Amino acid sequence: MSKVMRFMAAIAAASLATAAAAVEITGAGATFPYPIYAKWADAYKKATGVGMNYQSIGSGGGIKQIGAKTVDFGASDMPLKPEELEKSGLMQFPTVIGGDVPVVNIKGVAPGQMRLTGEVLADIFLGKVTKWNEPAIANLNPGMQLPATAISVVHRSDGSGTTFIWTNYLSKVSSDWKSKVGEGTAVNWPTGVGGKGNEGVASYVQRIDGAIGYVEYAYAKQNKMAYTLVKNKEGEFVAPNAKAFQAAVAGADWKSAPGMYLILTDAPGKSAWPIAGATFILMHRAQEKPENGREVLKFFTWAYDKGDSMAEELDYVPLPNAVVNLIQASWKAQLKDTSGKPLY
Amino acid sequence: MSAVLPISESVEPAKGTSAGWLDAAFEQLTRFFALLVFSLLAAILISLVIGSQLTLDKYGFRFMWTAEWDPVQENFGALVPIYGTLVTSFIAMLIGVPVSFGIALFLTELSPAWLKRPLGTAIELLAAIPSIIYGMWGLFVFAPIFQIYIQPALVDAFSPVPGLGALFKGPPLGIGMMTAGLILSIMVIPFITAVMRDVFELVPPLLKESAYGLGATTWEVVWRVVLPYTKVGVIGGVMLGLGRALGETMAVTFVIGNAHQLAASLMAPGNSIASALANEFTEAVSDVYFSALIELGLLLFLITTIVLALSKLLLMRLARHEGAAT
Repeated sequence: MSKVMRFMAAIAAASLATAAAAVEITGAGATFPYPIYAKWADAYKKATGVGMNYQSIGSGGGIKQIGAKTVDFGASDMPLKPEELEKSGLMQFPTVIGGDVPVVNIKGVAPGQMRLTGEVLADIFLGKVTKWNEPAIANLNPGMQLPATAISVVHRSDGSGTTFIWTNYLSKVSSDWKSKVGEGTAVNWPTGVGGKGNEGVASYVQRIDGAIGYVEYAYAKQNKMAYTLVKNKEGEFVAPNAKAFQAAVAGADWKSAPGMYLILTDAPGKSAWPIAGATFILMHRAQEKPENGREVLKFFTWAYDKGDSMAEELDYVPLPNAVVNLIQASWKAQLKDTSGKPLY
Repeated sequence: MSAVLPISESVEPAKGTSAGWLDAAFEQLTRFFALLVFSLLAAILISLVIGSQLTLDKYGFRFMWTAEWDPVQENFGALVPIYGTLVTSFIAMLIGVPVSFGIALFLTELSPAWLKRPLGTAIELLAAIPSIIYGMWGLFVFAPIFQIYIQPALVDAFSPVPGLGALFKGPPLGIGMMTAGLILSIMVIPFITAVMRDVFELVPPLLKESAYGLGATTWEVVWRVVLPYTKVGVIGGVMLGLGRALGETMAVTFVIGNAHQLAASLMAPGNSIASALANEFTEAVSDVYFSALIELGLLLFLITTIVLALSKLLLMRLARHEGAAT
């Protein structure tokens, strides 16, 4: 495989090299943060004249491309485990926060009306709870008129960071889910149909009576989909909104997470939304082209500093300043050029 | 190719002249192009085999009849996508071939002259529509209509029938293998029709007029004269359509439901090889996962090769029968 990949990477590198004539940094990976990276790149180019070329080819592709050193940075929605980082000589840091929202299509149920817990969501996606009026759901929603409609599960058919956050959450709250399915950007779904992309899932959910699916927070918000409330770690039922995501970020302990491996699902905090996650940037610790590495760090310094309002416009949640300070400290400690001099 | 070679051998170019030199150069050039096809084919096959080495070693032939597809535990089997690919293509052919035959027949034998050109152009235009348009149309327009009006009727009509009932079972989702097969049939019709029409037009009028003169009906003329005369071309057209159906990616991805679950019902969501590849390549992080996807590609390659080989066999058998009959 590696031979094929190297060949493909060489072609990609050749095409990228011709594109990058002036100072231009290149990155590739996750699709979820693509809109905000593109927006930042545009504003950054206007401010500094330095371009940033980001290819949203998926987290898997991003990890492979940074491994083959064809790009200056890779991007992934699924953080790499500390031992994986060690093995490949990479370091990672988060940029913005997003998350998943369960969306439903049940006759007579308005957005934000239905209450669900992580355990019930896991049982629904395992195919154990099959009707909307079953006691597991009815007990959480006293007084609500629930139809006897069959539940149709809708999931992503393409590998996705959205799926990773979703299955990571279900694994945390349900041991049954953890042992039978597990977590990943693609999993072996016990039941349901797969839609391609957020729009595919959304269109199936809106089409099928009694459907439940999960989409990115920004997508659910912009399309005014019928979301549900979810019970968080502290036992509160919360709605997905910017405040709830910020609460999830605030409660997270980045300091003691080795390699910044931290997934914000099932986060502590009374008003925290339980299904949140950060998207990550991957860089080589030993920079063979330190001038490019320095440009990448300049870009993200600028983005943390000036990019928050742009992120909020696109319904991403920016990182708090304390986390940004931690990230910059990790740049200092971990990113070196080939002679061992720190980059930042 | 074998039909072309004797001509170039029998008509020798005048050697020594500049024209002869040009001819020789031209011959070498075209030979190079022709051999390029073979080397491309071999290169693709070799790179697919190398790419899928990991899963070829790990699972062997078991890969083809294992239904499980679990990226988390890294257990992979291709049964579901193989089944989905074959079933959807079969549905597409079941509908596409007779309809295309009807259209081609009407165009060449029955259509008034003023309708021939617009109808022919319309079919060529259908063939030029990108497959993603078919996919989006299938998902946003066709699937809801199918779900609300056609699917319940099909379920009601067939579910009491023993045997067939299992094929038409389950909740009407609007998407699934049946929908994918129907969309595919629409996509292959223009291809098969275009080829059929072209070969039907090659039938010498003398043959047809003689048959008509003997009192044959239009159907008899088509069935006894036109079809036997053009069968090689007709089968070629059908194979072209089948090739498109087997490899179609975007349109199928939109409507097949993309579930790695084995279901007897045609109404149930399934998966096809091409759509599994399109869906899962971007996030296939682990080496085994990546290798399993490459092996899926290899299997699709083999299925297409087998289909082509079978069609050649069929043609050879037909030719032999012909010899015996006369």
